Amino acid sequence: MNHDAYPDNYIRGILNSVKSIAMVGASPVNVRPSYFAFKYLAQRGYDMIPVNPGHVGKELIGKPFVASLADIGRPVDMIDIFRNSSHIMPVVEEALALDPLPKVIWMQLGARDDAAAEKAEAAGIKVVMNRCPKIEYGRLSSEISWMGVNSRTLSSKRPPAPTQGMQLSLNRTSVGGGHTAAADRAAKNKTEQS
Amino acid sequence: MSDRLPGFSTLAVHAGAQPDPTTGARATPIYQTTSFVFNDADHAASLFGLQSFGNIYTRIGNPTNAVLEERVAALEGGTAALAVASGHAAQVVVMQQLLQPGDEFVAARKLYGGSINQFSQSFKSFGWNVVWADPDDIASFERAVTPRTKAIFVESIANPGGSITDIEAISTVARKAGVPLIVDNTLATPYLIKPIDHGADIVVHSLTKFLGGHGNSIGGVIVDAGTFDWSKDGKYPMLSEPRPEYHGIKLHETFGNFAFAIACRVLGLRDLGPALSPFNAFLILTGIETLPLRMQKHCDNAKAIAEFLSGHSAVASVSYAGLASDKYNQLARKYSPKGAGAVFTFSLKGGYDAGVSLVSKLTLFSHLANVGDTRSLVIHPASTTHSQLDDAAKVRSGAGPDVVRLSIGIEDKEDLIADLEQALGA
Repeated sequence: MNHDAYPDNYIRGILNSVKSIAMVGASPVNVRPSYFAFKYLAQRGYDMIPVNPGHVGKELIGKPFVASLADIGRPVDMIDIFRNSSHIMPVVEEALALDPLPKVIWMQLGARDDAAAEKAEAAGIKVVMNRCPKIEYGRLSSEISWMGVNSRTLSSKRPPAPTQGMQLSLNRTSVGGGHTAAADRAAKNKTEQS
Repeated sequence: MSDRLPGFSTLAVHAGAQPDPTTGARATPIYQTTSFVFNDADHAASLFGLQSFGNIYTRIGNPTNAVLEERVAALEGGTAALAVASGHAAQVVVMQQLLQPGDEFVAARKLYGGSINQFSQSFKSFGWNVVWADPDDIASFERAVTPRTKAIFVESIANPGGSITDIEAISTVARKAGVPLIVDNTLATPYLIKPIDHGADIVVHSLTKFLGGHGNSIGGVIVDAGTFDWSKDGKYPMLSEPRPEYHGIKLHETFGNFAFAIACRVLGLRDLGPALSPFNAFLILTGIETLPLRMQKHCDNAKAIAEFLSGHSAVASVSYAGLASDKYNQLARKYSPKGAGAVFTFSLKGGYDAGVSLVSKLTLFSHLANVGDTRSLVIHPASTTHSQLDDAAKVRSGAGPDVVRLSIGIEDKEDLIADLEQALGA
């Protein structure tokens, strides 16, 4: 997989196939980005599991924290790692010790570890790096367009009717709609500097 | 299969718009409503807390305006955009996110007269201090930068003389100073120049001009390039520090490379209030669909008319970067190869009186204070758009007493030339 530019169908396929998501580094503090993403994904029907050893005994929107992936005690489809790049490898190694293996390992916006990605892909796991599943869901469903964000999708098809009030469906037909090359270059320069 | 990148004309028609999910309407509906119902209390709380994407109140966002925002963001190659009530509103909202009282920004001297006024007079009362620099002397931008500088502002094609700005050179100054470069791309539109490709961090437009293009709606837009790191040194607390009105959210941390557009929306538009009417958004969107066709015709007509004027005995000089002899022609070839825009000035040998006489004799050109209409327009800047500047500043900004400004429309060029010929000749 080319981790610099994912086809929309790759991301859409992942978000459409996974049912359960363990979020490593989830925060119970309601202004943290991980809290936002956790709640958004839970509202869209994903079975969310917060993983953070610092918050065991607490809950995140009613879901109890577990200390580690091994403590989940049931199969999970996707591991969403809300940690920075230097903390990715140990989490991936923990994920690779699970039985059954997760289908997807997702590293949050700003996080990228190519060696860890290679290891996971060698075990047959799909990998996404430096993306946010909330943003990608919002982009592909076009919900994020309500905020004036460039969804980089085009469509002449009527999208499915909204679900649960005004939530837009991921099952929308679209093609690539332009790029934000300058932003990608800036993000890459920043990663290389850090 | 990797995703194909659509071309500019395809984006101009499609970006941001799709059939309405509930009615199937293919043109973008005008959502002429102030407010939007919530699913339930938790949904309302999520929207107010910025945890969900959605509609609350048209002062903060509207689905028709959102289509316009995404379309302009796509055409400029930005991550997100925010539509506002006018180009001037766009400038206030941008600066509110960047400057605290006592801060400075560096701006090119050659700007739309209204911007010169806004920056030097109104902004002063907010404690935002403009420091002028000369776009023909890049070193003057470097010299103008101080530790209080928070941004650099230029026009891609400068009003009124149509000069072309060396955006890359100025973006180098901005990067060195650690501040964002803001480019007003009104007179070029992204069809001619995409400032983000040349190093701009923020692009603003008066949508009233070529983007809307039909002289029927006032509007403005702010485009976030997604390129600037707002959190690196604490210089931009609106983006990097916890926001008390949103329970301590840090906007840059939360919204990443579209945080600036979000800040403009949830701090600027929400609190200052210059919302764009959805009806105006609809008219401007319709205009943008034909932007590539119109803009090329505007430029082709402008070049023909500039050439005609430069050969006319009553004309002292023509300032149009599309002419091979113009001092900005090299920059025009680099930045704006499809054409040098359609707003330019010329001066008459007969001075002020000849300018007044010309304006009164023209029959197809409309005498009014706008540019970027389908119709051809004429104005005498010294007595109108630039009248609030002192005489020296008028000359510096290219609006001396003998100068006439044209905005060339998309009529047949032969008719426009005939009109100018009769008005100049008699």
